[in-house]
This record gives sequence, structure tokens and C-alpha cells, in this order.
Amino acid sequence: MRQHKLALCKAHYLEWVPAQTRRFIEHYEMFNPHERVLVAVSGGKDSLALWDVLYRLGYQADGLYIGLGIDNDQGYSSESLRYCVAFAEQHGLKLIVYDVMQEEGASIPEAARHTRRGREKPCSVCGLTKRHIMNRLALDGEYHVLATGHNLDDEAAVLFSNTLHWHVGYLQRQGPVLPSRPGFIRKVKPFFRFYERETAAYALMQDINYIYDECPYATGATSIYYKEILNRLEADRPGAKLSFYLAYLRAKDSIQFTAESKREGLLLACDSCGQPTSAPGHCAYCRTWDQVRERMQESPFPE
Amino acid sequence: MWTYFLFGVSLMTVKLTLREKTFEVRAGMTLRDALKRNEIQPEAVLSTRAGELITDDEILREGDDIRLIAVISGG
Repeated sequence: MRQHKLALCKAHYLEWVPAQTRRFIEHYEMFNPHERVLVAVSGGKDSLALWDVLYRLGYQADGLYIGLGIDNDQGYSSESLRYCVAFAEQHGLKLIVYDVMQEEGASIPEAARHTRRGREKPCSVCGLTKRHIMNRLALDGEYHVLATGHNLDDEAAVLFSNTLHWHVGYLQRQGPVLPSRPGFIRKVKPFFRFYERETAAYALMQDINYIYDECPYATGATSIYYKEILNRLEADRPGAKLSFYLAYLRAKDSIQFTAESKREGLLLACDSCGQPTSAPGHCAYCRTWDQVRERMQESPFPE
Repeated sequence: MWTYFLFGVSLMTVKLTLREKTFEVRAGMTLRDALKRNEIQPEAVLSTRAGELITDDEILREGDDIRLIAVISGG
């Protein structure tokens, strides 16, 4: 690992990852051993590796899998669920499964076809749905914190994008810990300082079975493009991604953000689900899914 | 240097396989150099030989069959 000027054998690497994770959890005050953690798992390497590490460190960690109904030819969602279930059974862990098709009446791709923005790709509807469901189920289940498997490459790519476009609001909020607010669970990213390659190596060395295939809709994703750009930088300057992100975290406190802070106090409860929303009436999630159900009744098979 | 051939195919090669694509390089170079020659970012893959992870500075041996695992996810 040139970025850390460190070389480890397999045995020590499998100790190093959990030890570092514990260090990040404690240093950034993500959660303590007495708090219940809900880990969002997708069947991919990062989320299953995170769940594995938290379980080995003795934290109270249950898993949440959201079935998006993205099956296409490869059976992507079905396959990823199988990996999550197998992992949970192997370690005697609790896995909550939320099936969007069953609960909302449409899969994510079907729902996207019935919205204006989602016709080309369902990513917008997918992200909105996952965030809403994760938050709601974590609160309903009386968890203290929601953990996701975001790694350094994910965070650096988002930071890069936010900086390129000067998304001030997102820059203000981005970080490894999103504190709880009324209606919002605390969200943490314990793997945020690990390179994607490091989490993948942990999963392989620990013999964690995960889905290798990418979401079929991820092809051409801007996030992947930004990761490739940052990897070119990293190849010439080992440690560049980590420095970029950590320097941002240090600098964040001294940057005077004004736009977002003014909106913080103006959250209302959605008329339908009670979740926080910035405008009166229904939240974006309920508005979107109401629209989907309405349009599905009018036109079950849109062009 | 003697080069051995079998059925017209050089045996002095190393195979790198990433998903369905196979790349061939000459033995003796580092894995990192082999990846760069084939425009594969070292940061984007993990490499295994006979099921064991190997590092980028590993010198590739003739007859090696290296499996590359893509690690970059997105979307």
C-alpha cells in the first residue's frame, strides 16, 4: 500500500482493517458499542466487508437490504439479495429485507419509467427511494445509527464533483458523519478512509462472497469517470486521494458556508409519511411514488 | 535467448484476464507495468495468481495466468 508506505502480509492485513475501522469509529465519534447500528447492505464488497468488520469488532450491527427489482438479464437484484442472505446466515446476523416492488407496487426501473426524470436511467428514483427507506426503517427499528459502506474513492469522487460544480450546500454537508436531526437518523461511513482497493482486498482475503457484477445502470456513471481521473492522479502521487479528502475535512470548518445554513431550520413533516421535508405537503419520496402509482393506473406500459 | 514455441504460440507470455478480456504480455516485467501497457489502472483492479492476491510490484513469470478483479464501483 504505497499510499500508506506500508506492506502487510495477509494475517496482519486482516487485523489492520478492523483495527483501523475501530480507530475511525472512535476518533470521529460515529457510535459506541452500546448503540444499535443498522448497516445498509447491497451484496457488494464494501457493505458486506463493513458488516463483517463491525460484527468481528463486537458492535450490535443488523443489516438492511433494499430490493430494487433491478433484474434485467443478469438477475442483479435477486443475486445481490442471495449474497446478503448467505452472509447473514453464515454469521447468525439479522437481515431486514425491504422489497420495493412488494411494498410500493413497482420495481425501481418500472417506477422510473413513469416519472419524467427517470425515463433514461432510474438512478434518481433509486437514490431517493433508498435514502428514504433507510432513514425510515432505521428510525422505526429504533436504531441509533445507520452505517453505509462508502469508501475513500466514493467520498473523493463526490468531493471532486461537488468542487468542480461548486455545490456549496453539498460541500457543507459532506463528511463521514451526518449528525442526527429531527426526523433524520445519524449516518456514518466507517470505511471512508479506506481505498476501494483495500476494502476489496479485505473482502477477498476474508473469503466474503459478494456480487462482482455492477448495477446494469451504472455503465457510464459520472462517479466512475471521476474515480478514473483521481486514480490517474493517485498513480503518479500515491496518497493524493487521501490527502485531498482529509485536507477538505480540516478546511471545512474554516470555510464560511451561508446558503445551506439558512435552510436548516425549515423542515416540516410530510403529510403522508411524516418524514422531514423542506416544503409543505408531501415529501419528494411520497410525491414521486404517488405519481408513479397514478401513472401506472393510467398507462401501465409507457413508451 | 531461446524462445520455445508450441503449435506456433509463444510460451514466453503471461495472460491477464479482466472479465471476458484477455491480455498477453511478456514475462519478466512487473504487474504494474503490465497493467499500464494495457491501459488498466492499477488502482482499479486487484490481481490474483492461483487464487492468491499479488501486489503490483510482483515480477510476472512465464506461463502466469493472472486474474484481474475490477474493484471500482459506481452509480
